[in-house]
Amino acid sequence: MSDQAGHAGANEDAAMEDVESFRARARAWIGENLATAAAGSSAGVLRNNSTDEEELAQVAHERALQRRLFDGGFAGICFPRAYGGQGLSPAHQQAFNEELTGHEFPVRIQAPTFSPCAAVILDFGTEEQKRAHLPAILRGDELWMQFLSEPGGGSDVAGAQTSAVRDGDEWVLNGSKVWTTGAWWSDWGLCLARTNWDVPKHRGLSVFMLPIHQPGVEVHRIEMLNGTKEFCQEFMTDVRVPDTDRIGAVDDGWTVGIRWMFHERMLHNSPYVTIPAGDAHAGIGASSVLRVARQSGRLEDPWVRDLVGEARMLHRATEALQQRLGDGMRSGAMSDQSAAIGRLFSGVVSTRTNTIAFEIAGGDGGTWTADDGAIADCGSDFLMRQVSTIGGGTTEMARNVISERVLGMPRERTLDRDVPFRDVPRGGQS
Amino acid sequence: MQLSLSSDQEFFRDTTAKFLTEHATPTDIRRLRDEPAGFDRPYWLQGAELGWTSLLVAEEHGGGSISGDGLADLTLVADEFGRHAAPGPLVPTSIVAGALGALAPDRYADLLAGLLAGTSIASWGHLEPRPNDGLDDLVLEIATDGTDLVLRGTKRPVESAAQASHLLVSGRTGSGITQVVVPTDTPGVTVRPMHTIDLTRRFSEVVLDDVRVPAAAALGEIGGAGPRVAHQLLQAVVLANAETVGAMQFALDMTLEWAFDRYSFGRPLASYQELKHRFADMKTWLEAGHALSDAAAAAVSAGDPEATELASAAKAFLGQYGTELLQDCVQMHGGIGLTFEHDIHFFLRRVALDRTLHGTPAQHRARLASIATATATATEDPS
Repeated sequence: MSDQAGHAGANEDAAMEDVESFRARARAWIGENLATAAAGSSAGVLRNNSTDEEELAQVAHERALQRRLFDGGFAGICFPRAYGGQGLSPAHQQAFNEELTGHEFPVRIQAPTFSPCAAVILDFGTEEQKRAHLPAILRGDELWMQFLSEPGGGSDVAGAQTSAVRDGDEWVLNGSKVWTTGAWWSDWGLCLARTNWDVPKHRGLSVFMLPIHQPGVEVHRIEMLNGTKEFCQEFMTDVRVPDTDRIGAVDDGWTVGIRWMFHERMLHNSPYVTIPAGDAHAGIGASSVLRVARQSGRLEDPWVRDLVGEARMLHRATEALQQRLGDGMRSGAMSDQSAAIGRLFSGVVSTRTNTIAFEIAGGDGGTWTADDGAIADCGSDFLMRQVSTIGGGTTEMARNVISERVLGMPRERTLDRDVPFRDVPRGGQS
Repeated sequence: MQLSLSSDQEFFRDTTAKFLTEHATPTDIRRLRDEPAGFDRPYWLQGAELGWTSLLVAEEHGGGSISGDGLADLTLVADEFGRHAAPGPLVPTSIVAGALGALAPDRYADLLAGLLAGTSIASWGHLEPRPNDGLDDLVLEIATDGTDLVLRGTKRPVESAAQASHLLVSGRTGSGITQVVVPTDTPGVTVRPMHTIDLTRRFSEVVLDDVRVPAAAALGEIGGAGPRVAHQLLQAVVLANAETVGAMQFALDMTLEWAFDRYSFGRPLASYQELKHRFADMKTWLEAGHALSDAAAAAVSAGDPEATELASAAKAFLGQYGTELLQDCVQMHGGIGLTFEHDIHFFLRRVALDRTLHGTPAQHRARLASIATATATATEDPS
């Protein structure tokens, strides 16, 4: 997916470095520049285990890590050189991810900054927009959020009600967006808004870029049931966005939106994302199940071994499936809609693996002390279990996409097709 | 099955698919239910001509692969076998031919030539009676006695043993593993046919009661066959997986077509969201099954250190989700899906049978846990 033209333009003389020599260079650089990560450091489901000060310090550290990657020549491996990337191939990114295993990395910057946001800018941005934002993203200077979901509609993304009204060379945005992770420490938002209410819903949308911290944008942090406050809701009141910060054509935002959601679903298999191999499915993974089993003292029990084996099986299946889908979509053997297969599978695997850890924890899943190690917080993780089948598009929506778009089964009946959006029935807003 | 095949592989797969479409029809399968062998000899000879039994044998010994990776090529045949619920002892003949070609092509030149031509049948006597782990937990004893080897124990199930002229039997010699070629007419060998859920596969219990063969009948070193037997087990697992995926693919395609054709309450079944979502789940299991099956096959061919884990993950996954998918396809058909007249049970039978062979899902999960524990102990501080 790398932009060969951009690559060649910036570096006419050099042929693309072969993957193995790149891998050797990456291994040496990672060993010298990135600390090793403690096993289990990324365990848990959105755990509330740091203060705001610690969180901000961590974000600052990750910006610095991203800058280090940039200066070392390893940021944006599949981004064109013209925009500060390395102009290399998905195989190079994969090699880097493999070498990164066991090391710290800027985890918060991957989603949604690199995918979907930077990927969308790369797909649809003007030359000026790409030059303005992609190098800044690769340097760790700009962290992005998706202003996509709205409180009035979760899965029905194209039913966005945030309005953008043209005023000369500017647009005036009003409305509310929700489920932005870490908007309180991020810089820019990619925002889907309605620019035309007199056409059916998919034909009246446009996409804008806007700085999050500005008058008119109020960021509220949402407290989740386990106490974490990473998710935010934004309230936009008369936010003025220059037309030069619009991405894609006016009223053609759904073309952008389809790619946007594709990149979102592709996260764990995206050539734009740097995540240690084997660690791609954060949360409760097979390795945390094993740690819980060991801590529980039940590792020799046949029923525990059965569950440990199941977690391992599901982990391997997820890896193999994402690889197949990535290969299939890159080669054209599968449609982009097939990304929903990976989304459904990884969501279901994640909830199952979470339940396995909770089961093995036994009574300590409900009551624990701080020195219970890997077992502590298994109960809280279990309460948050469904986040993996809700966040990033529900698995019900994925099942619709697979049955209708991949298997070609009849579409669900809708009441908002071919009707001007202003006439579509709407329930109360929460 | 892999998403992209070479044109030679594509041609090879198509040829086998066309042949099976013509010669392994539902009518053939129903007829073979009552045949002792479960397959017709002329059918098997033609299959051998298409290359089915040659893929794990090197070219200089009369075999030859399509792509250079014989196991990958053989998974294409196994996948087609699954799509047609096809008859014939594909797995045991391939494994025995592969072992003979690698270790004793001259000593067993005639047998090997017969297997490659389809004129001889040999079987792989590895699995043992309960309670065993379905994998490599061998009890059968192969003792040395002067210049002879003496076999005592039971193998079951052994595919097509009643049709086989020879068995490749694995067993324990002290703390090592030995593998011996035993002609089925050797005194002390008793072959007792077993019942099976499949319509065309045949299995027997083989009792070896002080069966005496010359030491030269051992393949490779006496007591040193452990790694080879483990590799054969991986091959068997890979082929069972590929067959299961093929059967899942065909059953899902067939059931999807049914969902479009069948109307109730004035709508096709395919228009009901509850059923659409189940199809989406099945499609997801199928794709994960293809992915794992191919990843495991590639790892086994390459001798990847992760091959055992991948093969077990694939077998555990396909055993569980393969049967789940088939049972849900039966459910989608309603009562007709439980009749002998309908074809869906051919595939349910094949997938359920493959689930039980070479380790059940639970047995492979146990192996996965052992691998994970050993790996974690080696790489992590115990905490």
